Amino acid sequence: MSFLTIENLSAFVGPAPILRDVSLTVTAGEVRGLVGESGAGKSMIGKAVLGTLPPAVRVASGRIVLEGEDLLAMRPRDRRRVIGARAALIPQDPLTALNPSRRVGPQITNRLVDILGWTRHDAQVRALELLDEVHIPEPERVMRAYPHELSGGMRQRILIASAFAAEPRLIIADEPTTALDVTVQKQILRLIREMQARHGTALLFVTHDLGVVSKICQSLTVLYGGKVLEDTRVGDFFAGPTHPYSAALLAATPKYTDPDASLTPVPEAVIDGVRAEIEAFDRMHGHV
Amino acid sequence: MSDTPIYDIENLRLSFPDMAHKPLLGPAPRVEILKGISLRIPRGDVVGIVGGSGSGKSTLGRAMVRLIEPDSGAIRFEGQDITHLGEDALRPLRRRFQMIFQDPMSSLNPRRTVGAIIAGPLKLQGFDRVSGRVDQALDHVGLPRVFRKRYPHELSGGQRQRVGIARAIATEPDFILADEIVSGLDVSSQAQVLNLLEQLVRELGLTLAFISHDLSVIRRLCRHTVVLHRGEVVEYSETQALFDAPQAAYTRELLDAIPLPDLDQVWV
Amino acid sequence: MADARGLVKRRAGARLWLSAGWLTLLALAAVFAPLIAPHDPLAQDLFGARLPPFWEHGADAAFPLGTDSLGRDVLSRIIHGARVALGVALIAGTLTCLIGALLGLIAGYFRGWPDMVISRFVDIWMAFPPVLFAILLIAVLGTGLSSIIIAIVVIDWTRFARVIRAEAMSQGAMDYVASAQVAGRKRFSIMLAEILPNVLPTIVVLLTLEMGIAVIVEAILSFVNLSISTDQPTWGSMIAEGRLSIHQAWWVLVFPLITLFLTVLSFSQLGEGLKDHFDPVLR
Repeated sequence: MSFLTIENLSAFVGPAPILRDVSLTVTAGEVRGLVGESGAGKSMIGKAVLGTLPPAVRVASGRIVLEGEDLLAMRPRDRRRVIGARAALIPQDPLTALNPSRRVGPQITNRLVDILGWTRHDAQVRALELLDEVHIPEPERVMRAYPHELSGGMRQRILIASAFAAEPRLIIADEPTTALDVTVQKQILRLIREMQARHGTALLFVTHDLGVVSKICQSLTVLYGGKVLEDTRVGDFFAGPTHPYSAALLAATPKYTDPDASLTPVPEAVIDGVRAEIEAFDRMHGHV
Repeated sequence: MSDTPIYDIENLRLSFPDMAHKPLLGPAPRVEILKGISLRIPRGDVVGIVGGSGSGKSTLGRAMVRLIEPDSGAIRFEGQDITHLGEDALRPLRRRFQMIFQDPMSSLNPRRTVGAIIAGPLKLQGFDRVSGRVDQALDHVGLPRVFRKRYPHELSGGQRQRVGIARAIATEPDFILADEIVSGLDVSSQAQVLNLLEQLVRELGLTLAFISHDLSVIRRLCRHTVVLHRGEVVEYSETQALFDAPQAAYTRELLDAIPLPDLDQVWV
Repeated sequence: MADARGLVKRRAGARLWLSAGWLTLLALAAVFAPLIAPHDPLAQDLFGARLPPFWEHGADAAFPLGTDSLGRDVLSRIIHGARVALGVALIAGTLTCLIGALLGLIAGYFRGWPDMVISRFVDIWMAFPPVLFAILLIAVLGTGLSSIIIAIVVIDWTRFARVIRAEAMSQGAMDYVASAQVAGRKRFSIMLAEILPNVLPTIVVLLTLEMGIAVIVEAILSFVNLSISTDQPTWGSMIAEGRLSIHQAWWVLVFPLITLFLTVLSFSQLGEGLKDHFDPVLR
């Protein structure tokens, strides 16, 4: 059953297309990777779903359907309510995602109280439960701490706890481990997978790292220039990507067990090919 | 002379004041970042320096090119003690050790053209034929000469990092320190920049210290690898040996934490 | 594929040209005041007092903006007043900027004890109430153009020092500074050759703001009769005199006020416009 469906989403900054007819689905309980290099539009898709696109971006066409409701057709107020209740974000940078001048506790509970109408006491109990669930020792002490007193990994755990707090059906993780050390990254990935499996949440995982995708996702979408190049199961992808650009991307990804077959530059011809594909698309749709 | 290492670092210690815990009166307590590092880099070697955040790898690098002054210990560059040399005494040596920075957006002055950026160190070090050398440096890093007139913000991330490399090689240094220079780049430009660096080391006979958090990248590029953990060297060996049989527990932990792009999903 | 960033370019255009245009006009008027002013700004004519501006009933075409209660030509007085206003703006603004920006750069880039000394000094300085300080200074120095300029510089350099210090500090943390150091550039030369060009846009904005402020301060001091001798027309003294006859001759007050307003506005817009126009990063 498809839980999140994006259909033919196109978006522009001024006259320049940044998303070109993007379609993808996330089924309930599935983890889908959204992969691409900088400027591929992967974060834009996450932002489009959550309704947090920058003001300069104009969505021209397409549908974003979350559990049968078309988000783009709704009034902004209703959309915020639906998203607030059913979706959540794990942000990229744990250092800036928490307000430095407020204690951690209220930053987790406020959403529950303000948006979902829980009592302060229930929210408090839930927050403690969650901090325990993300393996934070002494949750009571951490609730009273300020963000700067905690390490990056600890803060990312708090953000994960906070994302799962309201039992959302969909979580968008936007490069959640990019700012972390590899050893911490492993713990956080393990935690995200554990939480996702326990809560049966659908997860859209935005990343540039195919290594991370191979460890946590079941399906993936490869983007370039705001266009979907490949949409496939992870097993099929790592057995042999079908699009030449995906294959080149995989060959460029570092792999220390196979130094000769990794870190290969993406051939010019492949990039030219993708660009030609995009230009042909733009011509067909009259965005030249 | 030939067996004098290009860098000989002995029991290097370095600390910073910890302003977060500064008492109302009196000096701030100091946090020790480097806790007695010893390291010899032979001429012509390519050494990877790897570690997590807080390992002191960047601090060590900045001490090596004397952007910061260590508390104690010794840094000898080609046999000469540069640990506490003042700026004036360092100036003639500066031509011989250069640095490439992590973030090319921050390390290239936004108000200068690429040509002026590369010419900067050449002029300061009193080179002749500056313009010709700028062209040569651009050729070396595979950027067209017309880029001289461009500003950094007009370039892509990979191109900017090439400008940083061109600036570092322009003075024909013996040693280059590269601090996380590919970590901000997309994988496709990452591979290109690494290839370029590999080729330059070979062609120009450079000694290179390559700081990175990414062991996969280090394996690709470096002959020797130093693993730093909390300001101490936990392992220093040939790269091949380090990957075949890592000695330190921390090295094993690092290797184990790398998510390899393959189908092994038991990993997490 | 078009680059999205190119599309959000800022437009400096209109406000830059409008403000530069007004200020150029004013500058020309100031320089050639004796040639272009239709009358002697001091010539009194009690029979032709309080003549209204040209479009009103009873106006005299020779006095297009009317005359004041002593029969002096308002337009000529505004033109001559521009000499004082722009002179003060230029000299006081530039001096304030030079002193404040230099100290700010040194404090922000060198940190350590130079910063300690300069910053403490700025803190103490800023604790004095500025208007009182100015009046006190003029009382000590005596009235006159140079006293006004000194008063403005002495009071306002801290504004530059503070802002430029913060800016220099953040620029000093950038790696292009470390890179210049690795290349062997001297510290003072790094400050001037690397950091200064990057804080220049801020300096330009502050400088033009300061010029506007200088015009206002001069007007205020003239208004309270602490400026220069009464035989030199200034906008401030015109406003002060105009205030007394507001019900009989509004134009004596309103025209210098409009001129003052447009001038100060033009200075601030000129700064913003220049910054946008000459910034290679935004261009």
